[in-house]
Amino acid sequence: MERLLQQLINGISLGSIYALIALGYTMVYGIIKLINFAHCDVYMIGAYVGYFCMSYFRLGLLPSLLIAMVVCMLLGVAIEKIAYKPLRNAARITVLITAIGVSLFLEYGTMFFVRAETRTYPPLTGWLAMTFKSGNLVISMQQIVIVGITIILMVLLQFIVKRTKTGKAMRAVSLDQDAAELMGINVDTTISFTFALGSALAGAAGVLVGIYYNSINPLMGMAPGIKAFIAAVFGGIGIIPGAMIGGYFIGMVEVFVSGYGNSMFRDAVVYAILILILIVKPAGLLGKNVREKV
Amino acid sequence: MGRLNEHPAIKKAISLVMTYAIVQLLISANIISDYLQVTLSTICINIILAVSLNLITGITGQFSLGHAGFMSIGAYVCALIVLRMPTLPGFLLGVFAGAAAAALVGCVVGLPTLRLRGDYLAIATLGMAEIIRVVFLNLKITNGAAGLSGIPKFVNWFWLFVFTAGTILAISNFIRSSHGRACISVREDEIAADAMGINTTKYKVMAFTFGAFCAGIAGALYASSFYFIEPSLFGFMKSIDVLVIVVLGGLGSISGSVLATVLLAVISTLLQSFPEIRMVLYAVLLIIIMLFRPQGLMGSKEISLNVFSKLGDLFAARKRRG
Amino acid sequence: MATLKIEKLSKSFGGLMAVSNVSMSLEPGELVGLIGPNGAGKTTVFNLLTGIYVPTSGTITLYRDGKEIKLQGQKPYSICKNGVARTFQNIRLFKDLTVIDNVRIAMHKNVGYGFLTSIFHLPPYQKEEKVLTEKCMELLKIFKLDHKKDEYARNLPYGEQRHLEIARALATDPMLLLLDEPAAGMNPAETSQLTELICWIREKFNLTVLLIEHDMSLVMKICERIYVLDYGMVIAEGTPDEIRSNKRVIEAYLGEAVNDV
Repeated sequence: MERLLQQLINGISLGSIYALIALGYTMVYGIIKLINFAHCDVYMIGAYVGYFCMSYFRLGLLPSLLIAMVVCMLLGVAIEKIAYKPLRNAARITVLITAIGVSLFLEYGTMFFVRAETRTYPPLTGWLAMTFKSGNLVISMQQIVIVGITIILMVLLQFIVKRTKTGKAMRAVSLDQDAAELMGINVDTTISFTFALGSALAGAAGVLVGIYYNSINPLMGMAPGIKAFIAAVFGGIGIIPGAMIGGYFIGMVEVFVSGYGNSMFRDAVVYAILILILIVKPAGLLGKNVREKV
Repeated sequence: MGRLNEHPAIKKAISLVMTYAIVQLLISANIISDYLQVTLSTICINIILAVSLNLITGITGQFSLGHAGFMSIGAYVCALIVLRMPTLPGFLLGVFAGAAAAALVGCVVGLPTLRLRGDYLAIATLGMAEIIRVVFLNLKITNGAAGLSGIPKFVNWFWLFVFTAGTILAISNFIRSSHGRACISVREDEIAADAMGINTTKYKVMAFTFGAFCAGIAGALYASSFYFIEPSLFGFMKSIDVLVIVVLGGLGSISGSVLATVLLAVISTLLQSFPEIRMVLYAVLLIIIMLFRPQGLMGSKEISLNVFSKLGDLFAARKRRG
Repeated sequence: MATLKIEKLSKSFGGLMAVSNVSMSLEPGELVGLIGPNGAGKTTVFNLLTGIYVPTSGTITLYRDGKEIKLQGQKPYSICKNGVARTFQNIRLFKDLTVIDNVRIAMHKNVGYGFLTSIFHLPPYQKEEKVLTEKCMELLKIFKLDHKKDEYARNLPYGEQRHLEIARALATDPMLLLLDEPAAGMNPAETSQLTELICWIREKFNLTVLLIEHDMSLVMKICERIYVLDYGMVIAEGTPDEIRSNKRVIEAYLGEAVNDV
């Protein structure tokens, strides 16, 4: 029983990370129908920014988190302007390949500048290093922080999307770009804003992973990236609550397969879920199938 | 020279034999050193991979990010057979068994997933390749992460040439047939193709399976060229490598794929002391091509073998005047 | 003995009934028109006939060589193999292919050689390709596109693109031809040319033709019978003269009469 609870707690922490990353994928796909392969590398950059803030500049968790989020926000907007905007009317495969190119660029560019070896986050001190024990059950403060920050960010996101004008613009552009433009919405700004939001969340996830798992390396984005994407597809790509649900689901699956089964097959199970979902209901849990008009 | 123009097949055969002979000479005379032979092997194997991926993605329009998965199946099946039967027939059996296994997986995976649209299909194929990699990583018979070593080397220029030229010819012939045209129509407009009586699912699966078969051949050749294989050689990066070649050469152009393979091999060799710079350059190259020339080097056109006959006409004309 | 019988065909999308209880029948060799205001469901009927949509209820039966073939629920390509060909409202040519390739692809279903023959270009391939090319050229000659056979479809002027679509549909060797607004965007001279062409091909290829059109000059001139659709239902059926004077039809197009005050 305790083991189950422990797995649940671990699953929720991991799920929070996946949810934060998945949100970025889903928002960008929702608005310009692009699988942003570079998104997981923005997450990686966030982790590195957090690392440098905390190691070299000795900043605390919160300032590092905020700085990482801002840097990633700017990075995401820059990527969109340089690499994706010119291709807005191009064939889908073209933009997809460009996204792959940006992803490789970020990964190996980082590798070139900071070298490929793993870096370790400085250990947390003070109240952040606390753990709560109850029998064999262990909850670390870090896990509470991760879940807490994730919840705050997700609530903020929901607020922005549902209650602000820009949020409404985002929803309009994702439904029909041309119509939105005709209604006077500045599509370029709205798309940039979407990228900014998604990238900020990814940056936050990067820092949180840094303090939770401690080690970071330039290729750390790939595995969580694909799993977060699978999470987004599972919940319904383009649908924000779907990404949240998907993230926690995949996090749980991973933890439980690792815990009760073979950790080697953990990844395979997640990929198998992807293939299953694509075959059974490609629109995802909360998605609706849209037919092409003939 | 004039009479030769009436037999394009003979002209083709002659140029093939000449190509083979010239390179074989260079190898025997040691002008192509052992080191360059490794590059030659890599180029040939990549040509097979590129041309087969082009069939799936460029000709039939199905975006596949899992080509390396098929390659790995061919490599492992061939390696396992050749390790137990280290003879020439064993090697040939390995190649065909590897290719057939890859084709089988391609067919089985293709049937349910090829209903998916562009990006979804890309991710599904990526997932499939990753599952294959994880399976090989965990099976006892494939030795997991340590891989298989000491694979007997049967691949020499002759076999490289036979399989590479064979793949190029088979695929170009296919493209210029009615079945190939059916695949092209699937790329162009699936709904119209369906309405014209073309079973689009059948042709997507056909292209996918054929492409997987060839990738299996490439994998088998790799195994018997380089003595050692392990799962990480056939990961997402390898699939991307092949995709870059195909995109650079031009989606839909077979000669473009061949050209791009050679070009990128040259760049790779020049940059091999700087692996990170090579990848950064790759990445920048990808982005720049997509932004400024998405149709790649050749678009969807081919270098036609008419080049040779035109040269022939030129000589004939000069002779008459001279 | 009818060629095609549509009985109580209905299609709903979510809560919307796009086509509701439509019944139609076509006799062999007839040239029938399907008209109605925009959004009446005409193209939806075509899409149901050609298998792009699956009917919510109702049946579609094709009568061929004395056999009854149920079309509803079949995939588009097998409906085409049964002898039903169509053109599209928004031209769906294979734009990056040449004119002759567009037609060649449509002949694919009747091609005999298999996969292995195509890889090795064995003699059956050589022979059949020759015959195929000849047949395509014959068809293109009818539509005066033979001299443009190597032109990319996207480079053709609009009127010729519409002709190519019809040629392509004919290349599938159909017994029933569905034309979806073939005269859309054409000027009166082109329209009258097209009118003659449709009559001519109906004779030459022994076709039954069902035609959606908004251009009344074309419809009234060549259609032997007309079905009128409005809000997904058949509101009238008859000869051109009968339709012309049908009150419900007039109301559907022009609205109800205003009461004199």
